[in-house]
This record gives sequence, C-alpha cells and structure tokens, in this order.
Amino acid sequence: MEDRLHIKNKISEPGVIELHMRKRNKKNRFFKGIIIAGTLIATIPLLLILFYIFKQGASAINWHFLTQLPKPVGESGGGVSNALVGSILILLVSCLLAIPIGIVVGIYLSEDKTSRLGYYCRLAVDVLQGIPSIVIGIIIYEWVVKPMGGFSALSGSIALSLMMLPSIIKSTEETLKLLPDTLKESSLALGVPYYKTILKVIVPTGLSGITTGIILSIARVIGETAPLLFTAFGNPFISTNIFKPMSSLPLIIFNYATSPYEDWHQLAWGASMLLILMILILNIITKLVQRKWKVQF
Amino acid sequence: MQSAISYKTNRINFKEKVFKKTLTIAALFAVVILLAIFFTLLINSFPSIKAIGIKFIYDTTWDPVADQYGALPFLAGTLITSFLALIISTPFSIAVAIFLGEYYKKGIVAEIFKNVIDLLAGIPSVVYGFWGLFVLVPIVRTIELKLNIPPYGVGIFTSSLILAIMILPFSVSLSRQVISMVPGHLKEAAYSLGATRFEVITKIIIPYTKSGLFAGLLLALGRALGETMAVTMLIGNTHALPTGIFSPGNTMASVIANEFSEATGKVYTSALIEMGLFLFVVTTIINIFGKKIIKEFTLE
Repeated sequence: MEDRLHIKNKISEPGVIELHMRKRNKKNRFFKGIIIAGTLIATIPLLLILFYIFKQGASAINWHFLTQLPKPVGESGGGVSNALVGSILILLVSCLLAIPIGIVVGIYLSEDKTSRLGYYCRLAVDVLQGIPSIVIGIIIYEWVVKPMGGFSALSGSIALSLMMLPSIIKSTEETLKLLPDTLKESSLALGVPYYKTILKVIVPTGLSGITTGIILSIARVIGETAPLLFTAFGNPFISTNIFKPMSSLPLIIFNYATSPYEDWHQLAWGASMLLILMILILNIITKLVQRKWKVQF
Repeated sequence: MQSAISYKTNRINFKEKVFKKTLTIAALFAVVILLAIFFTLLINSFPSIKAIGIKFIYDTTWDPVADQYGALPFLAGTLITSFLALIISTPFSIAVAIFLGEYYKKGIVAEIFKNVIDLLAGIPSVVYGFWGLFVLVPIVRTIELKLNIPPYGVGIFTSSLILAIMILPFSVSLSRQVISMVPGHLKEAAYSLGATRFEVITKIIIPYTKSGLFAGLLLALGRALGETMAVTMLIGNTHALPTGIFSPGNTMASVIANEFSEATGKVYTSALIEMGLFLFVVTTIINIFGKKIIKEFTLE
C-alpha cells in the first residue's frame, strides 16, 4: 500500500516525462499559431486589393461611366461604353467558337479512356492550359492578324477562345465521367443509337457541370489582357464590326493605368471594379447552378 | 415495309459514323492545334536564330536600332522574378494549405478562407498590376529610401511581390488537394501513439506529400514564368541587366508585350517570337513534368 502511494507521488511530480510532454504541447501550440498567422497574412493583400478597388471604383461608376465614350485628356468625366460593348462582343464570339469544340472534345475524352489518341489529346489539353497568354497573343497575331492584314476583334475572340478551350474540355470530361455507366447501358439496351444516347441522355444529364465549366472559363478570360494587345488592339470609339479593332475592359485598364492622367486613372479604377463585379457575379452564378441542378445518383 | 426498316437502320448507321468521326476529328484538332503552335513559333524564330545564333542567350545588349538582340537581361529578369516570387509565396501557401487541409477542413472558417482564396485567383492580372502601381510601388519606394538606394519604386522586387500574391491561390489549391489525400489511417495511427498535431504534420503529412508539394511548386513556377501584364506594369522596363533585386528590369513576357506590336524588321519580330518559343518550351516542360508527378502521387 505504501509502495503504491510512493509510486503515485513520483508520477505526479513534474518529472522528465511531464516536462517533455509540456515541451511538445508548447511546440504544437506554437506551430498552430504560426499556421494561423501565415494564413491571415496571406489574406491581407486580397482585402487590401478589394478595399482599394471598391473605394476608388465606387466613385467612378455612374450612369455616364457606363454609357459615354472616354473624354480626351483634360476633360473630366466620360465613360467606358466602348470597352464594355467591346468586351461583351469579343466574349460572345469566343464563346461561339470555344463551346461547341470544347464540349465535343470533352465527350470524346470521357468516352475514350484508353486509346493513344485520347492520351495525346489529354496531354495536349494540359499543355494548352499552361501556355502563357502572351504566347497565345503572338500565335493569333501570326495566324489571324497577319493574313487578315490588320488588328480585329475577331482575332481577339479567337485568342480568348483558345484560352477557354482547355477548361471547357476538362469540365465536360470530368462531369461526364462521373455519370454511372448504367445510365448509358440502359439507354443502349432500349435500342437507342449511340449518338442519341450521348446527345439526348448523357449530355443533358451532365449539363449543370458543363455549364459551370463554361461560366468559369468565361470568368477566367474576361480579364485577359495580354492576348488582346496585338489582336483586338483597342479602339476609342464604339465598334460592332468584328473585323475592325475593338476595345475591351482589360485593355482600357492597361492603357489608362499606365497613363499619367488622373482622370484616366479614375476611369481605370471604375473599369477594374466593373470587371471584378462581373467575375464575382459569374462565380455566384456557378455556385447557384451547382446547387440547383446538382448531378445526383 | 422491310426496306423502310433497313433504310432507317442505314440512316442511323450513317449518323453513328458521322458522330464518331466528329468526335475523333475534334480530339485530333486539339493535338494539331498544339503542334501548330509549336511549329509556328519555331518557324517564325528562324530568322533570328540564323542571324543571332547562340549569342541570343548570353549577349546583354538589346538594341533594335543597331539590330542587336541579346536576351540575357530578360532571361535573367524572368528567372529572378519568378524564383523570388516562389520564395516569398511558398511559406504562406503551405501555411494556408495546412490551415485548410488539416486544421479547419470544414465549417464556416474554412468556407470563408476558401472563398477568399478563390476570389484572389479570379482577379485579372491587369488589375493586380494597376493596384501594384498605386499601392505597392509607394511602399517599395519608402523602403528603398530607408535603405538608401535609388527610389524607383518599380523593379524586380515589386514584380516579385505581385507575382507572389498572384501565384498563391494556385499553389494553395494544389497543395491542399495533395494534403487532403493523405490516408486517414496513417494520421490516426500516429495520433493513437500519442503524437501531437505538430508531429503528425511534420512527420506524417509533409514526408508523405513531399513529391506532390514539389509538383505544386513546379506548376506555380510555370505560372510565374509566363505571367505578363502585372509584371509589365511594375518591372520598370529597362533593357539593362538587373544589378540587384531592387533594380528595374524586364522579363521575356514583358518585352514581348511592350515591343511586339511596334516591332519593325524581320529579325526584331523574330527575336521577340524566339523569346515566346523559350517561354512556351519551358512552361510546357514544367507543366508536363509537374502534372506527371501529381498523377503518380494520386495513383499511389
């Protein structure tokens, strides 16, 4: 009995083990603190960026900002209507080009999991995704701008569509791969031809995933500037001719931000805020689409 | 009656064939586009390769008026800004990845930070550059004044800072993905032996995810190398070889962005395209290599 008490007392003394344990716990807490501090510091730039852009942009955005053309240097006011119209048109055309091709390639990849062509195609899509946007600009300059004899909105759209393709292909492939085989099998077993099974059963079932991918790819290229520098080039007036140079929001931000004029900086802040708002809205739409039409099995 | 049915099956068969052909052609199209990009760059760089040769890589004079094109300042600028950005952003990206992958996997805190990081990824490059011009440049200028060096404000260091912010979301999402793939039973075994969280992270998670984290760094580097607009706005655009991290410089991408549309003369344009070829080849190798490591890691 006394022995036991003795041992108990010995353990409850702050001995070697407890000191060691305390040290380990301290290290553990210290590490957690570092991780949390690192995470908080990493989010500071974002908060600063958003704060600054909304502070500067909110005062710039009004009805005139959206409907008027930029004023010459020295006159205050004016707007970015040319860039807004240009951005929307350029994106529309690039969607027309990228969406059909992207979906078809995505279907191919989801159906063909083993062949050599599938392997190389997947590799090509991965590489395409990593190409710096400025290189895409050079390529489209050589492919489209040079043969056509001048800068044009169409060439800008082609450049952007090339940048949209990989993410549309990937999201289509991944969505369709998730669908259970039984779905396809039961359709085929009913005697529905293969192409109809794909187009009328598989693709509609995966539509929400494909739509999400498309919207995200738009959000990704809406702010792309580098590929437009030597394709769409910019235009101080509203233009709806896709064979002529056209302005766009990112181009206007770049040109006005690097200019020395205060009025133009204001326009650039407004345009930045407009761009970020558009990207935010696109992101919210994808979240809603995902929630509403979730592919479920 | 018989012929009507066979007519219909024939038509279906025909459509079937057309459909399958379309799919194959589309897949080929993706491969062909990539090859076409490579060969377009290669063929258009021939005039410069022929006229300048290997001097392109080590010559330091870039003087279009004298028809002299040495790309070493830009090569150096690209490498220094990218690696510096990687060094600045890696500790933070790993911290955020551990935060989201281990400490706060679910719940409102995780949701908030995930959305913040997503938002950071969505901001366009040109907006980063614009913000950097008005917020980072004055900050760097005061630092430079304190250090008694010429207060340009713009330069290699400023560009690296903005690049570090820009690649953070990308490397966070990759590292988080990798960290979340550590098998639960490994971690549980360690916990059951009495390991603290710190020990589980440093002795189980990090060793297990080493290759995946490395691939994440590699892919982030690939991003930084090709980043154009923000760097173009912040690096100062001088053609001299950078002398330190605060000196202004130029990267390959920023030179192309600044000079391509005004380049006259065959060799000038071609020299710029050759830099594009460099960028293309380097980022392609990095991407293939990085994705391969990630794939192997995932299969394990």
